[in-house]
Amino acid sequence: MTDHDKSDTLIPDEGLAPASTALPTADVMEELATPPRSQWRDVWDQFKTHKGAMLGAILFFFIVAGVYLGPYLWSIDPTQIDIRSRNQGPSWSHPFGTDQLGRDILARMMSGGQTSVSVGITAMLLALFLGSFIGVLAGFFRRLDGPLMRLTDLFLALPLLPLLLVMMLLFREPLSAAFGLERGIFILIVCAIGITSWMPTARIVRGDVLAIKEREFVLAARSIGTSNSQIITRHILPNVLSPIMVSATLGIATAIITESALSFLGLGFPPDFPTWGRLLFDGVDYLQQYPERVFWPGLAISLTVLSVNYLGDGLRDALDPRIRGR
Amino acid sequence: MLNFTIRRLVLAVPTLLFISLVIFLLLELAPGDPMAQVPLTVPPEVKEKMREALGLGQPMHIRFWKWIVQFFWIEPQVLVDAMFGTTFSEGDLRVISWQTRSPVMDIVVQRIPQTLWVVGTAYIVAILIALPIGIYSAYRQYSWFDQMGTFVSMVGFSVPPFFSGVLVIVVFSVQLGWFPSIYDTTLVVNSWDSFMLQLKQMIMPVMVLALQITAQLSRFMRASMLDNLNQDYVRTARAKGLSEYTVVMVHVLRNSMIPVVTVIALGIPAIFGGAIITEQVFKVNGIGQLLIGAIQANDLPMVQTLTFIFAVLIVLFNLIADVLYGILDPRIRYD
Repeated sequence: MTDHDKSDTLIPDEGLAPASTALPTADVMEELATPPRSQWRDVWDQFKTHKGAMLGAILFFFIVAGVYLGPYLWSIDPTQIDIRSRNQGPSWSHPFGTDQLGRDILARMMSGGQTSVSVGITAMLLALFLGSFIGVLAGFFRRLDGPLMRLTDLFLALPLLPLLLVMMLLFREPLSAAFGLERGIFILIVCAIGITSWMPTARIVRGDVLAIKEREFVLAARSIGTSNSQIITRHILPNVLSPIMVSATLGIATAIITESALSFLGLGFPPDFPTWGRLLFDGVDYLQQYPERVFWPGLAISLTVLSVNYLGDGLRDALDPRIRGR
Repeated sequence: MLNFTIRRLVLAVPTLLFISLVIFLLLELAPGDPMAQVPLTVPPEVKEKMREALGLGQPMHIRFWKWIVQFFWIEPQVLVDAMFGTTFSEGDLRVISWQTRSPVMDIVVQRIPQTLWVVGTAYIVAILIALPIGIYSAYRQYSWFDQMGTFVSMVGFSVPPFFSGVLVIVVFSVQLGWFPSIYDTTLVVNSWDSFMLQLKQMIMPVMVLALQITAQLSRFMRASMLDNLNQDYVRTARAKGLSEYTVVMVHVLRNSMIPVVTVIALGIPAIFGGAIITEQVFKVNGIGQLLIGAIQANDLPMVQTLTFIFAVLIVLFNLIADVLYGILDPRIRYD
């Protein structure tokens, strides 16, 4: 799978590969001129040509940086109550205004974003781990294939949002008693989202593993006595990395939306612990007087999800060798 | 074909049993006591009596069995009784809500029409919009229309309903004052004016739901059309001298609709789930809001039944999608 470019190196180059140009003759010349390039370089070149994906990547980077590094520049405490300056409009001291208790909305947006983004990323990692694990097992061991895929089908038939709501209801108090209020609910939300969203990844990974394990290099590895676990980690996993990466980006998007939906339904994080969904939920009460309070968190959620979706779209194109060749 | 359908039907039974077990066990093994709200001054023996009255006295497997019997045997009988005036279910114990002490299914039946109206209209509107968009953007791939369609559907994917819903409320009912922000389910449609009122209050929830469904369906329609447009039979049809309209709308469309029809069937249960949020935003008192209310009130039988109804919907429409695929595509039947 790691198909290095086997073109001859006629002229040694500095190794800086320019993006593909429009003229076919120039293209051929270039191909001859460049030294063998790694697969990831090809992927990066293809990725760069997808404008939406580049924009999405940059936007996502800025959102994550703003949310995590912003509080160092904007050092107002998001929970600090200043009742005398409540319900203020935008001003230099509070660019997004203040809420009904005089808390600075910009600071709350940043701290809410930290929670939302970290829930999204952690839940995605959990779902990805579960999905890849089950997918690889089902694809690699024929005996496990039937039962594991039945299990995946059964999970796909579960009504996810109602079940998530039920889980939040039932496990919220014991977990927050065991790990503290905020960490308990964080663990609960991440686990709940993780175990209800691994199925698509498992299916895709299984399909790819099924195809790859019949290839010659796996046979070669087996014939020199490589153990199953080594074949999986050395030969199978690197080759199913691209579908896993694509589902990772889409997984962040769904996890962020699900977390916000739970918070919006009042079953997510507690009120004094802001997330974007919670801020939106709180803003709905003041919809008529201060519509901007709903607008900012909603916009943040939508932009994050949009950027991640575009990122995933570009990544899928870049990682697909059939498209990359063009 | 009959064989195929029966095989699928038989497979659905263990799935449903598994799901009912998962839901039951989740509620059962969860820490938390339904008696937690009862004041401490109530003596323990009275508490024990109350427990039994709620049906909590018996061991777990017996209660699971009872619930299954109530749901699959007694409730259908109640339905038959209501329809034909028979008395099969007289004296049988039904699933009782802890909130209202009335049968759960009666409340669900009261709430379902509201959900069906909003969700059903949204789905039909979305299909009517999505299919032409998908067809045209596949036919003119990479045109500005196609690019716009891609962007709009990306936005439709990304903007969650609890934001788009609030946004349309701000724009259309707070700023412009065109539509009411709260859905009034007590409205009786019996005149032109009340019909217009009903129409007005339905526009916003339908718009929000339809945006999401359109985003997904139009992309799917486009991909399916693109798969077919480059096939050999299309070239043959053109070579025969058929008009472009016949080629696209008859030959290509019919074949492209096969996967799309199944996706439409598969999407219906997901829409019911997604309607939970939209119902909450617009205060439609459908089954989604019933579920949220029951969860907040710790009404376990109601939560159990509603969750299971959602699961039944998913399994049912999976089955319908499978059978439809079998009917539409003969190649599927023989594997």
